Amino acid sequence: MQETISFTPQLAASPIAEMLWLIPAVPMVAAGLAALLMQAKRKTSAVLAIGSMSVSLLLSLVAFAHVVAGWSHGQAVRETVNFTWFQAGTANIDLGWVLDPLSAVMLVMVSFVGLLIFIYSIGYMKDDENFTRFFCFMSLFAGAMLGVVIANSILLLFMCWELVGLTSYLLIGFWYQKPAAAAAAKKAFLTTRIGDVFFLLGMVWLFAQTGTLLFYNNGAGSIEAGALAGLLAQSAALGLTAAGAIGLLIFAGAAGKSGQFPLHVWLPDAMEGPTPVSALIHAATMVAAGVYLIARVYPLMQAGALAGGTTTALTVVTWVGAFTAVFAAMIAVAQNDIKRILAYSTVSQLGYMMAGLGMGGVAVGMFHLITHAFFKALLFLGAGSVIHGCHGEQDVRRMGGLKSDMPITFLTYAIGMLALCGFPLLFSGFWSKDGILEAAQHWSVVKTPFYMLVFGALLTAFYMTRQVTYIFGGHWRGGKPAHESPKVMIVPLAILAFFAMALGLIGTPAWPWFRAFLDGRAASFDLHGFMEPRLLALMGGSALVVFLGLGLGWWLYGDHSPKPSEPDALERMIPPVWAALSDKLYVDELYRVTVIAFYGWLARGADWLDRRVWGGAVAGVAWGFSLGAELNRFLDTNVVDGGFDKGCDELSVGGGLLARIQTGRVQTYLRILALAVVVLVAILFWSNRV
Amino acid sequence: MTPLASYLLVAALLFSIGLAGALTRRNAILVLIGIELMLNAANLNLIAFWRYGPHPELLTGMMFAIFSIAVAAAEAAVGLGLVIQIHRHAKTTDLDAMNRMKG
Repeated sequence: MQETISFTPQLAASPIAEMLWLIPAVPMVAAGLAALLMQAKRKTSAVLAIGSMSVSLLLSLVAFAHVVAGWSHGQAVRETVNFTWFQAGTANIDLGWVLDPLSAVMLVMVSFVGLLIFIYSIGYMKDDENFTRFFCFMSLFAGAMLGVVIANSILLLFMCWELVGLTSYLLIGFWYQKPAAAAAAKKAFLTTRIGDVFFLLGMVWLFAQTGTLLFYNNGAGSIEAGALAGLLAQSAALGLTAAGAIGLLIFAGAAGKSGQFPLHVWLPDAMEGPTPVSALIHAATMVAAGVYLIARVYPLMQAGALAGGTTTALTVVTWVGAFTAVFAAMIAVAQNDIKRILAYSTVSQLGYMMAGLGMGGVAVGMFHLITHAFFKALLFLGAGSVIHGCHGEQDVRRMGGLKSDMPITFLTYAIGMLALCGFPLLFSGFWSKDGILEAAQHWSVVKTPFYMLVFGALLTAFYMTRQVTYIFGGHWRGGKPAHESPKVMIVPLAILAFFAMALGLIGTPAWPWFRAFLDGRAASFDLHGFMEPRLLALMGGSALVVFLGLGLGWWLYGDHSPKPSEPDALERMIPPVWAALSDKLYVDELYRVTVIAFYGWLARGADWLDRRVWGGAVAGVAWGFSLGAELNRFLDTNVVDGGFDKGCDELSVGGGLLARIQTGRVQTYLRILALAVVVLVAILFWSNRV
Repeated sequence: MTPLASYLLVAALLFSIGLAGALTRRNAILVLIGIELMLNAANLNLIAFWRYGPHPELLTGMMFAIFSIAVAAAEAAVGLGLVIQIHRHAKTTDLDAMNRMKG
């Protein structure tokens, strides 16, 4: 399945690659400037953010064009600019960036989707008093994300990765006055941190083994052939090679960021943030960073695989991805919050991407990443438009009939939904999902992931139908009537909807441009790509599954418009399953009784230890010192002071006695003098000195 | 007893009488008289040591004594002057009342 990728030798970095650092730097500078702005300077901050994003998009497009131009001349561009940040002992801490098809594609996607979401945010955040802060954080996020994308040094990638995590935290907790938002921000930060610790371990290990932090460095990089051979020779525990173990550690980091089971719990809660944030960070870009990371270190993940074979790391990626895809899709079926449904859908789709990477290679996973970024951003922005139109209502049961109130939102949302479901032929999601299914079908190990993914596709079609019919079908069940959103929100929707359909064109079997571009091969247009019987069967089968899911959804929910108080149609059919699903399959509860309970116990133990043992020891020492001080005081007052006082008294008494001699009477003095002379004479006389 | 010893004895007696007077008298003038006695005892010694010393032909002892008598006269004048001043100041010549110099 995996074609051998042969890049032409390293090209010298072109001026475009040299200037690549500007792409993340511009939004970061904008964020810095926006941070200095006063709260009231709303327009300035929006202009700064959108302006910087436009510059980044422009530069990204230039870089992309440069890569495409090189590629169309038969060169696989991989230009790196590396420099040494500092030296620690003999080790060089290197940073650098890379321009290759992978980063170029991501750059364009991130800056383009980001720009649209920025524009949309002007409308969505219009009434928020912290508009300025919002754009500051968003710009910082965009800069950090673009930094992740261009990084050629795993350290630089990690730094930007953490910045992305930070801005995610800040933006989820943007409405920090809401306790739920603050808690969700904390949860997201802590959960992703678990993954990041593994990532850090993997990074340190990789650095220790290969001695370099750079991915690509003219053959001396850590994921180039030379270093990989060394890593494969080294064996770690449990029959893994060092390469496999490092790959797994890095995957743990990616799983945290990309919401893979069991670290997915933060992502649905992250929907407490403003909707543009959900769209940009928790659907389109940041959560894709994990997938991108795996794609970036793919040579490492793949190291040691025989032709057509797989590695332990990739197998784990596949299984985790496939399981997450089904797992999250199941939960999404039973959610009632418009954004939560989409959040679980995102988790599920990220599972697809991971599975695609695990089974089909970089291009398969990345293609789904790109298409998903567009249609999921579209869906989230559409959801934001719906929420905006329904005056902040997020419960789908209190909506309904919006297709006439919000026609454009409905149209674009429907396109996004069909793309997500993988509706045949017209929509990008179909092609990218098909790529993954095809890879799964050809997977050399077992076919189970394939069936899991097909089942996931069925569920996806089902829950999206349920959601759309709840929101747009039937009649209005909420309070104040809904209204269509302003143009500044509608236009980005329309643009995204266009791409949600059009992007499929670059990845059809007849013209697999995207895959060829990423793999560094020439793309050829060949209609016979469609004619392969197995592929046709697969496409037909997946289309059938989608239709089945859509039909099932329509049959159950259709135009019924149930009241908010009524039980869900599915709940009436299979109550126990529904209960489990709507409680998110008890993962949070599981964590509560295991991890959280354990930490609670640990905290109580530490508290006890602190209070009783260390506190007791400290109190004992303090008591000892105060005893010593008391003793000292006693000595001072009774011994030292007494002696001193006594001496003083004696001195003054003696002085008084002596003062009595000085009478002022000269005769007395003379008498004493005479007496003394007599005594002296007597002494001299008796001592026979005379 | 040699003549010198008897002279010395007389001088010592004279000195002791003068000292006793100076120490015991409360009247300043009488104290001055005691001091004169002591001075003269010293003069007597000077003359005696000269007369019975190794060089009686030289007039050193006599010169010394005359000098001393002159000084004693001056001293007596100054002393009496002081006493008069004190009497003017304190309306008394009782030495026990003159105790303002004590510390």
